[in-house]
Amino acid sequence: MAPKEFCKMISRSKPGPGDGGNTGSWRVLRPVIDLKACIPVKMNKEACFNCWLYCPDSVVSKTIPPVINFEYCKGCGICAEECPAGAITMVNEATPIEEDK
Amino acid sequence: MRTDIIEIRWHGRGGQGAITAAKIVANAAFVSGYKGVVMTPTFGTERRGAAIFTSLKISKNKIYDLSPIATPDMVIVLDHTLLEEVDVTAGLKENGLVVLNGPKPVSEYTFKGMKVAVSDITTHSVEAGLPPGIINSGIIGAFSKASGLVDIDVLIDAIEKEFSTKRPELNSKAAQIAYDNTAIGGM
Amino acid sequence: MHIIESGNVAAATGVKLSRAQVIAAYPITPQTPLTEKLSEFVEGGELDAQYIPVESEHSAMGVCIAASTAGTRAFTATSANGLLYMNEQLHWAVGARLPIVMCVANRGIGAPWTVWNDQQDTIAQRDVGWIQIYCNDHQQIIDSVIKAFRLAQSVSIPVMVCYDGYLLSHTYMPFDQPEQSKVDTFLPKFAPTHFLNPDDPANFNTVTLPDVRPGLDGKMAPGYIEIRHNLQEDLRASLDVYEEIDTAFAKDFGRGGNPFVEQYKCEDADFVAVCIGSLSYQLRDVIDIMRDNGVKIGVMGVQMYRPFPNQAIIAALDGKKCAIVFEKALSYGNQGALYADIKSALYNSKDKPLVHNYILGLGGREIKTRHLLDALNESCTAPETFGDSPRWIGLKL
Ligand code: SF4
Ligand code: SF4
Repeated sequence: MAPKEFCKMISRSKPGPGDGGNTGSWRVLRPVIDLKACIPVKMNKEACFNCWLYCPDSVVSKTIPPVINFEYCKGCGICAEECPAGAITMVNEATPIEEDK
Repeated sequence: MRTDIIEIRWHGRGGQGAITAAKIVANAAFVSGYKGVVMTPTFGTERRGAAIFTSLKISKNKIYDLSPIATPDMVIVLDHTLLEEVDVTAGLKENGLVVLNGPKPVSEYTFKGMKVAVSDITTHSVEAGLPPGIINSGIIGAFSKASGLVDIDVLIDAIEKEFSTKRPELNSKAAQIAYDNTAIGGM
Repeated sequence: MHIIESGNVAAATGVKLSRAQVIAAYPITPQTPLTEKLSEFVEGGELDAQYIPVESEHSAMGVCIAASTAGTRAFTATSANGLLYMNEQLHWAVGARLPIVMCVANRGIGAPWTVWNDQQDTIAQRDVGWIQIYCNDHQQIIDSVIKAFRLAQSVSIPVMVCYDGYLLSHTYMPFDQPEQSKVDTFLPKFAPTHFLNPDDPANFNTVTLPDVRPGLDGKMAPGYIEIRHNLQEDLRASLDVYEEIDTAFAKDFGRGGNPFVEQYKCEDADFVAVCIGSLSYQLRDVIDIMRDNGVKIGVMGVQMYRPFPNQAIIAALDGKKCAIVFEKALSYGNQGALYADIKSALYNSKDKPLVHNYILGLGGREIKTRHLLDALNESCTAPETFGDSPRWIGLKL
């Protein structure tokens, strides 16, 4: 008898942008990184990246500077809470943003 | 299949009050003799602003099937910007009705093989004295005019009851203005 | 007066009309709007109760146990994993013979995580000794809550009132709200048989020995097995008590008369679909289609699952060709729990029907009319060849 294959199914998904659905549409507050205060930018070397580590939707890149994917950032504010340099502020989504212009 | 059930699907955004509007119509329909009334909101994890829909079934007899509507007789669209995101006519029966809150004249909206009723609820509600963005009372007026299913006076009673602590007269006025200013076209 | 509201509000209104005195609240989807509504009632002065927010479901039942032991009418509500987290306290509440009432908005159990409806949560609790009543619509929810309080205090056994999460908990439909004065007459003030009383000090639920033993007063005190035997006897006797309560309710409010099973077009039927909860109403439309096609079929909803109404089941199914049991839960590793219970009841019937089992709707999978029609047609066409294993409906493998 051919051996039976066990446990072909569990619920499992890859963490990453989009796994939680269209979470960008949830956002009321938008995280904005002050690059002058951001540690890896200031030191110009790989460091900190707390925002990348703690973002529950994996939408912050581990790059210099860290970049947030606003298509999926849900605006939870965890990155701002965890940033040791206080470089991230949560601004009202309706506020126009310099970089966007 | 039961043919006694009228199926109305409401499209809105989280926070726009589609569920409250459907509930008001449910109450008014019940008072008007529809003993079977079932309103089933869709259940999901989406937040404020996201597209949502609500199913309302009405019948003279008790309704047993609580599943969401797949083949509506009419759809009510609280926000014309939804047309770009959602196929509001999905499953709509032939000669079905689309009731739309939109700024343009009725001739500008076409849904193949369907009747369309348009009212600029967003503007009419402000005319009625409501703060901008409150549209769920107004859309009920447009629904009444376009569908003829439930009398506007019964609906206005139901609106004033539901909004008893939230500007009842302004909400019913919005419904009345919308009722008087609903243009019907299509087909 | 009729109102159109959600099933959770129907439940909360029943609790208000029953004048619950202590409410323990811990939120879990899809039950949360029920306890939120109760907090509004208490806050607005419409319900004179202690509203106690707790930090877990285990504590919620702990609060109910304490409140009930102090002689008050206690209520809580939960769903899914919350109910399972309570499990140890559920056993305690019934062993201590406390007439607590709890609503459960039925929801599937993780893992994997789901918030949608099936009935695994309460079915998995069928052996703890609580009475379980299931509802098919909002009218039954509000009525059952009121009846449950009377039943619980009549037999000193806690009662679970269960209704399908989302399908009933979040759906709006009209229901009649009984008058307070009539409910007050129907449900007399709670007069506990035993409670903590400083004037008459007592220890409750103390250690029992494997054997009986004399107490300080010289009288023989029962051992564990006697106390448990007494619980089982009382549970079986609760069937008659509930029937009386249901009859009294029907007299006062004009609704009821089906305390154990609710049948639709079963009288002349060869085939009977059987299930628990709102699905039994959804099946009515499907039965009508089958009848139009010339099949003699009906549907029966099981309203009381524990204690199991064996006699009512036999009376309903004896002499039929086939009973088709649809379940939104199963006893994993065996079969549908209701299916097994029904077969066991029918073992003592004279003219046993065949019994089939379908599993469906787990984790909120939509149950389509087409699927139900296919299943019923399959069962009615060749009933002898079905076999004893459950078949699954709507799987996408
Ligand atoms: S607010 Fe920050 S932590 Fe939250 S999703 Fe957006 S980037 Fe991630
Ligand atoms: S947590 Fe703050 S400091 Fe650290 S990388 Fe992110 S933005 Fe820069």
